[in-house]
Amino acid sequence: MNKKGKSVRAKERRAGWIFLMPATIMILVMSFWPMIQAFITSFKSGKGSMLTWANPWNFNYARILQDKIFITSLKNTFLYLIIEVPIMLILAILLAQILNNKDLKFKGVFRTMVFLPCATSLVSYALIFKSLFATQGLINQVLMSLHIIHENINWLGTASTAKAIIIIALIWRWTGYNMVFYLAGLQNIDYQVYEAAKIDGASPWSTFWRITVPLLKPVIVMTCIMSINGTLQLFDESVNLTNGGPANATITMSHYVYNMAFGQGVGHFGYSSAMSFVIFIMVAVLAFINLKVGDTRD
Amino acid sequence: MTKRKKNPSTVQRRLIPSYIFLVIWSFISVFPLFWMITAATNNTVDIARGKVWFGTYALENFRNLLAAQPLWKSMGNSFLYAITQTLLCLFICSLAGFGFELYADKAKDRLFAFLLLAMMIPGVATMIPLFTMISKMGMLNSVWGFILPQIATPFMIMMFRNNSRNFPPAIMEAARIDGQSEAGIFFRQYLPIMRSTYAAAAVITFMNAWNAYLWPKVVMTDNKAQTMPMLIANLAAGYTIDYGVLMMGVLFCSIPTMVVFFVLQKQFAEGITGSVK
Repeated sequence: MNKKGKSVRAKERRAGWIFLMPATIMILVMSFWPMIQAFITSFKSGKGSMLTWANPWNFNYARILQDKIFITSLKNTFLYLIIEVPIMLILAILLAQILNNKDLKFKGVFRTMVFLPCATSLVSYALIFKSLFATQGLINQVLMSLHIIHENINWLGTASTAKAIIIIALIWRWTGYNMVFYLAGLQNIDYQVYEAAKIDGASPWSTFWRITVPLLKPVIVMTCIMSINGTLQLFDESVNLTNGGPANATITMSHYVYNMAFGQGVGHFGYSSAMSFVIFIMVAVLAFINLKVGDTRD
Repeated sequence: MTKRKKNPSTVQRRLIPSYIFLVIWSFISVFPLFWMITAATNNTVDIARGKVWFGTYALENFRNLLAAQPLWKSMGNSFLYAITQTLLCLFICSLAGFGFELYADKAKDRLFAFLLLAMMIPGVATMIPLFTMISKMGMLNSVWGFILPQIATPFMIMMFRNNSRNFPPAIMEAARIDGQSEAGIFFRQYLPIMRSTYAAAAVITFMNAWNAYLWPKVVMTDNKAQTMPMLIANLAAGYTIDYGVLMMGVLFCSIPTMVVFFVLQKQFAEGITGSVK
């Protein structure tokens, strides 16, 4: 009996390993191994598949610091991050808070509409915004007819407005997405907690800061990490809204890495790998800081 | 106090700012998509004039779109890639989630924590080695080249693992006593019980696969293998853009995801938040 029980346990344990093996192997081969290879490649120079060890060994990394376009892409990416993420997350939490009110009518309709931008692909919405903000586009037409502006503005051809439009487009696309997380988080909070706070005479403002935010903290940390991660890897919007222009003024890091590796007649795989490794370090460091700040066991 | 509470009109009056905010935000959310659909039925001149209603150029835009790009081929590609990826990813990741949660021990937990680190690896970092790997295997421009890097994702494994907590272990014991094999338990017990998790995972995987852009742009070097997002990006790449045709393309690219969104909105929302629980 005892012996039989033991052999069954061993069989089960082996079955467990067999079940998780395919996925584990795929992740090792398709994520970790390429990451190691990218790190090795980052010390090589040359074009395409004709790569040799760089001389000196840190040539590519030294080049990053001198590269004005990379510095611009870094600044742009962080500008998008610093402006877009807080606005978006605050809007999302506000919308979730409003939609969680049990007295609100047409809840389902509003939720669907707020969530709707998530149904479009990143390329699609980038092209829709590109068309709306074209020089001959609808936004200029409306502003002209309202006499707010007197001649068409070249929104996407001017560095400052092009950056603003990328940020607006990002907020449009991702606010509803984050709202879904907060709504799910809020629905886990017992309504009686709020009733009790009301009886104690707490104002809505202090209820929000003292009850909602602390209870939502894990979800907030999660959405922060995802948004930071996503923004650092911004690609589709930069390519399709502005194509990085005018003159690389709005280019993102991922877009520049892509251009260096797969842009027309380039193929600087070594240098691109070095830049992508820098992005990886940034993602990891920011996620780590986020987890530390969000750690509730302080 | 109780008086104020019981009066519904007062409650609704106090919600007026909420309603105003929601109406404004809903308008902002919906308008660009509404405009996209109307623009697909107008010619460039009307669009430039600021027309925001349906026109009569839908058929012409559609014909021009067919002439400019291999629309049906790209739609077919996108469906092929997205559906294959969804089926394989669901199978492999649910198997792993099942293994990690219901056969959990210390070693497996450590391995799981290690695999989660892959979430931090950016797409551009693995893009070059993966491109080299896929092209050496002769899989450029093929469905395998598209899906192999996405077949197992930490996000999906985590989603299945977390949801597996709802799977009653008693069922496993009962099935074992009945003499079912471990694989039999997965196929006959786990699969049917977990179907709502599968539905949510399927929706989110399909959406991600359909919308993917960076990786297909790298691996699909041939026009014939391009996906819908690549097709519409090509439409917008020229110096003179026909906005009517472009929006017709965007409409075609958006129809499948819109249908999924409206029919399976609940599963979509569950899929997005699925791994947080």
